[in-house]
Amino acid sequence: MFDSSASLSRRGFLVAAGATGIAFGFSGSAQAAGTAAYEPTIWYSIAPDGIVTVNVIRAEMGQHVGTAVARILADELEADWAQVRIAHVDSDARWGTMVTGGSWSIWQSFPLYSRAGAAGRMALLDAGAKLLGVAPSACTARAGMVTGGAKSISYADIVKAGLTRSFTAAEIDAMPIKPVADRRLIGKPVVALDSREKTNGTARFGIDAAVPEMVFARPVLPPTRYGAKVVSVDDRGARTVKGYSRSIVLDDPSGTVPGWVMVIATSTAAAIRAADLVKVTWAGGNGADVSESTIQDRGRALVADPKAGAILDTGGGDIEAALGNAAIRLTATYTTASVLHFQMEPVNALAFEKDGVFEIHTGNQWQSLILPTLAKALGRPEASIVMRTYRVGGGFGRRLNGDYAVPAALASKALGKPVKMVLTRADDARFDSFRSPSVQTVRIGLDAGGKIIAMDHACAAGWPTQILAPGFMPKGTNDVPYDPFAIAGADHWYNVGTQRVRAIPNDIANASFRPGWLRSVGPGFTNWAVESGIDEAAHAAKADPVAFRLAHLDGSGRNAGSAPVAVGGALRQAAVVKRAAALANWGDKRPAGTGLGIATSFGQERDMPTWVACVAKVKVADSDITVERLTLVVDAGTIIDPDSARAQMEGAALWGLSLALYESTLFTNGQVADTNLDSYTPLRINQVPELVIEFLPSELPPVGLGEPATTVVAPAIANAIFAATGVRVRDLPIKLPAKA
Amino acid sequence: MIKFRINGKPVQSNAEGDTPLLWVIRDDLGMTGTKFGCGIGACGACTVHLNGQAVRSCSTRIADVAGGAVTTIEGLDPAGQHPVQRAWAKLQVPQCGYCQSGQIMQAAALLEEYPTPTDADIDNVMAGNLCRCMTYVRIRAAIKAAAADTGKTKKAESVEGNAHV
Repeated sequence: MFDSSASLSRRGFLVAAGATGIAFGFSGSAQAAGTAAYEPTIWYSIAPDGIVTVNVIRAEMGQHVGTAVARILADELEADWAQVRIAHVDSDARWGTMVTGGSWSIWQSFPLYSRAGAAGRMALLDAGAKLLGVAPSACTARAGMVTGGAKSISYADIVKAGLTRSFTAAEIDAMPIKPVADRRLIGKPVVALDSREKTNGTARFGIDAAVPEMVFARPVLPPTRYGAKVVSVDDRGARTVKGYSRSIVLDDPSGTVPGWVMVIATSTAAAIRAADLVKVTWAGGNGADVSESTIQDRGRALVADPKAGAILDTGGGDIEAALGNAAIRLTATYTTASVLHFQMEPVNALAFEKDGVFEIHTGNQWQSLILPTLAKALGRPEASIVMRTYRVGGGFGRRLNGDYAVPAALASKALGKPVKMVLTRADDARFDSFRSPSVQTVRIGLDAGGKIIAMDHACAAGWPTQILAPGFMPKGTNDVPYDPFAIAGADHWYNVGTQRVRAIPNDIANASFRPGWLRSVGPGFTNWAVESGIDEAAHAAKADPVAFRLAHLDGSGRNAGSAPVAVGGALRQAAVVKRAAALANWGDKRPAGTGLGIATSFGQERDMPTWVACVAKVKVADSDITVERLTLVVDAGTIIDPDSARAQMEGAALWGLSLALYESTLFTNGQVADTNLDSYTPLRINQVPELVIEFLPSELPPVGLGEPATTVVAPAIANAIFAATGVRVRDLPIKLPAKA
Repeated sequence: MIKFRINGKPVQSNAEGDTPLLWVIRDDLGMTGTKFGCGIGACGACTVHLNGQAVRSCSTRIADVAGGAVTTIEGLDPAGQHPVQRAWAKLQVPQCGYCQSGQIMQAAALLEEYPTPTDADIDNVMAGNLCRCMTYVRIRAAIKAAAADTGKTKKAESVEGNAHV
């Protein structure tokens, strides 16, 4: 990693990093230390001074993920926490897939890092016992020491004496981990290793990357995401700007940034000003005649077409026959509008070639996805491109799509010098791979006793995975491939008899913009339909919405759950529903105009259920909606870092509130209509309700916490509005008509 | 040539007079703790103090800074131990951290004006600072903790002062 402005040498940087406990952008401490560090696996090393450096492949974007991963490893290793450091590594084939998303990090890291830690402990214990002259069975490892009887030796001294024992991947997979009762760090309070640097201005993000001789760039964006070709560039106006250098039309073999013109200058300020004065004319442009209503009308037509889309495996059966047998039937259509990521750090990248390697300096969530695209764009092998790692100034899924690295790299290649590209806020919004609008129709059939016997759910939306990562698309029972991240959530854990779930790509959306993964992804809209629909069914059955949910979360059949992660199945979802209702005093009398609404979710996907429930307390006066309190209960298995886990719940819940009431934009003639805070209005501090958050204790494997709470808030609010007023809201964001 | 002071040190800038202070701080002076968010003064990520007042550096022309004193997050306290910074660290406010320099600078200015702010004071002043990670619950708690901390320090100073009389 370069740090020219602070004039830190590599060595100086590593020393500084050691002092704060967190380092970015180098790959493996063993070679950095230059002496015989012990590396039981590629995932960490122990230096002769006893410092344990944990290699973290996940992006740090506010989850303090490095701290949590290091706690998992250090607990099994029986390391002294004061000697543990984290290194957020650069891209390298040896790390395998580098991705940070889906609330997967802890769920995926736990088995690997706990076993890797256990392997190191075993090696150190055996070696230490030998050095002590005591049988390994008579020794214990604790806080970075091996002790046998009255004698003990530090990990540092064991490493100094020479230790090379390594473990194969298969050996790591088979490594037993400690009983839960012997855990010493997991679940205990900890100060995140990156806390301090984020309060004194020293934390460096991608936008802070700098190298000598770099030039600055800002793009002039074409009128549409795809298909626009540059006809002419007139930079006469820009030439009056001090520091303006030139404008270049990008030639992009990867097709990532068609129609882009890069304005080059000697400073960011000059690039921003000059780009405003460069006049570009384009020809063509897909979607210039497409607006939100075009996309949503297409969505409505698609969900109404019984042949459209992929059918998920939810047990099969004849849905029309089952609905035909119902005593009560209801059909409702739910929509969600386009929403922006609006991460605080506008996308940016610094790119240059050095010593035969193309370096991309930027914060990113899915290095493995963009590297092949960069290879195509630059016409060079992937192995000669490296993504240098930086803190991410807000991910929320925006930086899963690393498209912003491409124009900086192309400009650097064209100019033969380092290029630092920073998008303005409006550029960032226009180039966003925003969350597609969606249309969903839910049909529910109940028997005479008020039990659901049939449920049909069809969802049409733009599919990010179809555009960006088609290899991640499984096939439905009708052999049609589908984007799992655009339908997950609809395959819920309620027992509803015959169930059909159809995932339908909105082809107009896919052709007109680049749909993205946005915090809570598919369940961010599918759970709006599921939990509103279940609530409507409860009222149709004249049942209490909590009791109705509990009756259908009976944990039988396909919803029984299975080891290791989904143990308990729907009964664990029932437990969070029950607890949230109790905490929120469900069933108490409310003043007129005030209502409670409940919604629940299993989080992001059935393979990794995070059980969450939310009760919203809402007051409605005319068309004004005041959310007074959100009560959330979550079962996420074992909690690694309690404070950060709570922070994720707080942030995810308030994201849910922001998406429910305050955020949306309309796609208008090929562009999002809102590009800055003058008209795009995410939640502010004065709009925060009382938050009550409770974690159910669990010793089961940990699952994700970054997103699940986002998905329950909007339906809980809509259900509360119904309880308060009898008005059913089916469109997100929620708006009530003003009374005459 | 525009002369001003930043974190106590005299500096001069050759930038055009209408260049935003933000880019002089970040690109010319190489101090990257102050962040670029929206460019229209609506998110607060670029907040610094100009002559003791919180301002949005993205919307402050460098010409208007001539002769003034600018304080950035790097200069708020020489050891990074301003009561607001201490409270922020103790309550682990930051998530991604990108907006937090601006939040801290705004909160420090708030406490200068309102040493014991009410919730309404906090809402009025801090609503201009967007946190996309939504750390708002902790921002509010940390401002109150910093106010209490500052109050205690002031009380202790005054008690000590009395003892000398």
